[in-house]
Parts: sequence; C-alpha cells; structure tokens
Amino acid sequence: MKILIPTPLRQYSDKQPAVEVEATTVGEALSGLVARHPDLRRHLYTEDGKLRAFVNVYLNDEDVRYLQKEATQVRDSDTISIVPSIAGGR
Amino acid sequence: MATTTQVKPEAVTLTNDEILRYSRHLIMPEVGMEGQQKLKAARVLCIGAGGLGSPLALYLAAAGVGTLGIVDFDVVDCTNLQRQIIHTTADVGRKKLDSAAEKLKAINPFLNLRTFETRLSSDNALDLFRAFDIIADGTDNFPTRYLVNDACVLTGKPNVYGSIFRFEGQASVFATEQGPCYRCLYPEPPPPGLVPSCAEGGVLGILPGLVGVMQATEVIKLILGKGEPLIGRLLLIDALGMKFRELKLRKNPDCPACGTHPTITKLIDYNEFCGIRGEEKPVETKFPEMQVEELKRRLDAGDDLFVLDVREPHEYQICNINGYLIPLGDLPKRVHELDSSREIVAHCRSGVRSGKAVAFLRQAGFKKVHNLAGGILAWADKVDPKMPKY
Repeated sequence: MKILIPTPLRQYSDKQPAVEVEATTVGEALSGLVARHPDLRRHLYTEDGKLRAFVNVYLNDEDVRYLQKEATQVRDSDTISIVPSIAGGR
Repeated sequence: MATTTQVKPEAVTLTNDEILRYSRHLIMPEVGMEGQQKLKAARVLCIGAGGLGSPLALYLAAAGVGTLGIVDFDVVDCTNLQRQIIHTTADVGRKKLDSAAEKLKAINPFLNLRTFETRLSSDNALDLFRAFDIIADGTDNFPTRYLVNDACVLTGKPNVYGSIFRFEGQASVFATEQGPCYRCLYPEPPPPGLVPSCAEGGVLGILPGLVGVMQATEVIKLILGKGEPLIGRLLLIDALGMKFRELKLRKNPDCPACGTHPTITKLIDYNEFCGIRGEEKPVETKFPEMQVEELKRRLDAGDDLFVLDVREPHEYQICNINGYLIPLGDLPKRVHELDSSREIVAHCRSGVRSGKAVAFLRQAGFKKVHNLAGGILAWADKVDPKMPKY
C-alpha cells in the first residue's frame, strides 16, 4: 500500500513523496515506514512510542482516530496520508 | 467614521453605479440582486495583509463585500513582493495597511474599509471579531492560528482557513455551528522549530494566490448561502503535482474548544500554549559566537580555521564564503568528515541553524566550535557588500 509523505516531512524520507509498504494494519504500515526511514520516527512518534497528537493519519479520506486507530485494517489498494499542521500564510 | 453595525441585506440598496459594476454577478441566478445585497451587507475580517491576505482582500473588495476589515502591523519588505501582490515595489517600507488600503479603495471606492494596525492578541481578538460576520485567517504562525480559532468559536464566527508551506496548501471552513474547528483537526501544535515557517522553508509565490483565492471563494459562498462550503472537509493542495485531495473532518465531541464540554471558555496565552516563551526569537545560544569582522581578519591572517556551512546546496549556489558544506539535517551522519582538533566556525544564512549545529557538535565532543553571528547575511552587510542577500 502507499503512504503519502507531506512536504515538511520529505526531508526525512530521502525526498520521496510516497513510500510503498506491505502491511495489514495502519500501525504496521507506519512501522514499516519508519523502519525504512528512521529519521521520520521522532516526527511521528513520541519517545514512548505513541503517535504524536499533531500528526494526523488518514486512511483514504478518513481520520484513523474515527476508525480503529492504528489497529485499522488496510488493503493493498488503500492510501495512508500523513497530514501535518502547517501555519504559513504570509 | 464608517461603522460595522449589522445591516439586514434587504435594507441595503445598490446605486446605479454599483448595479453596473456588479452586473456580471447580478445576471447570475446564484447571486442576483439578493446575493449582491448580502455581499454589500456583509462584514469580513482578514487577519494579515500578506501572502494569503493579498488575493483574499483584493477579490473580496472587487466582489462587492460591503465592509472589509484588515488586521496587520507589518511593513512591506522587498522579499514580500514575490507573492504579496497587493503591494508594489514603490510600497517597500510602507505600512502594509496603508499600501493595501490604497489598492483596495482604487479597485472599489464603494468599499467600507476598516484597518486595525495591531497584532491580534487575546486582549483584542474577541472585541474585533464581534464587529464582523466572517473571519478569514491569513496568518503565518501557530499561536495566532489557535487564537483565531478559539476566538471564532467563542464569538460564533466562521473561520475561513488557509495555510501554505513550500508548494503545499490546506484550506477549510472551521468553527461553524455544525462543523468542526481547527482544534478538532489539530488538538495540539507541533513543538516550536519542528515545522519551518515560510521565512525558513520558502514558499512558491503563486501558492498563496491559489489558496487565498480559495478562501475568498469560501467567504463569498458563506455570505451568499450557496453551494457546498468546505465545512467538515480539509482540502489539500499540491501545486507541484497539481493534485487536489479532500479529507473528511469530524467535529470532535471531546474538543476543548467546540466539544460538548468545552474547557476553553476564554482566550489563553497562545505563545505559552505553543511552547514559545515571550517573543519568537532564534534559539538562545550559550556557545561562543564569532563576529564576521573577526572571521575575516583571522582568515586574512592565515589562521587555521575550518569554515562549516550548514545551509542547503541550493543556498550555497546563491552565495558562499568557500565553507565546507554539510546541511544541518545531514550533520549527524556526516559528522565523521569533521576534525575535532581544528577550530571550526559554523555558519548558515542568519545564524539560527548554525546555532543548532554548534549545539550538536558541542554535544558530540567538539570543543573548538563557534557560531558565526548573523550568518552570511552579516558577512554581506559588514564584510562583502557585493555579496547577494536572500
């Protein structure tokens, strides 16, 4: 399945805009992602391994917080988006 | 002085000059005379007259929004002109409010323009917002984003949101009665320094145009009560791929601002909330700094100094002082390229990133590392006036 990396985090994914991983749950997919790009870990997870509150993870167009969070089942055709907060405007 | 009291749209009349001016609106059934009266009766407050605020204010004024408020305290800078199209080269050094007011009144003399030369704060936001119907957020930092959101929730005004980074944008309409607010999406801000600002990260000049016009579109739709506003939807704009995606947003029942048992019942200290103490300023450096004049003198004297440039390769191409290039982000994995027995002077553009590099190197056991105060900008100012600044 595909994980879309937003612009502010691409500096930690070797500039890749998308990463393909094999996974059956959202949690597995994200673990696969940080295993491949370890620099991403501290941006996605807290030190005790929880997803950071300012990082939103979407499965297709749905917030995983309103599904089964990291236990949400995924299929190969699904897309995970990481949606960080950005504040620019001037 | 013009006021911002609420007027009923049906009580508003258009002069013959206005009817002619808005004829392309009036002949559309979705706007018509009724819609144009609504626009004239509407009061919209734009926070910021910068990248997003420029197209927003220009189009809202042109469209016939009756009362437009703008909050800004900034002065036009040369580096603004690449995207802030309400300002021109001749405006550099002027107050953004004066520059914007001139253009907006030139576009539409019927506009009732109200300018507020102030920094939006917890002390003034509620009073300001109460005098308007819709708030359009064109600010550029997290504390103000949360402030605008909370003040919108507390005063019951929709928050037409847009934000940008490099070539990526987001837009939505927050804080309507039924819809989610900014905090439903982002309960907590990222720690300071994790997400670079436009000043640090750069921004494609046309992107605020694209996103600001989307905000203007949403404002107009809210006023007209037509179409499907971006309520409960987050639009993601990728200008590089020219891809638009839409995500579902839900109103969080546990949201501290708009949930069923809100804990935010008044405005708070947003700098503290976002982990910023006092004014936003570069990381305080406890480490020795070197002034550019001293670096120049010592290099000329042939001292054994290793100049480390921690900027990005594309910045090095703009200008450099022959430093050894290791971008800050690559420093941990390339630290073995440095010789800790030599005296190292680290520099970046203005001194912030190299301050972080010095802190990192000190921790890694380097004893003789200095931060070049003011970075290559100071070098251009004080040593080599021919060097371009960016």
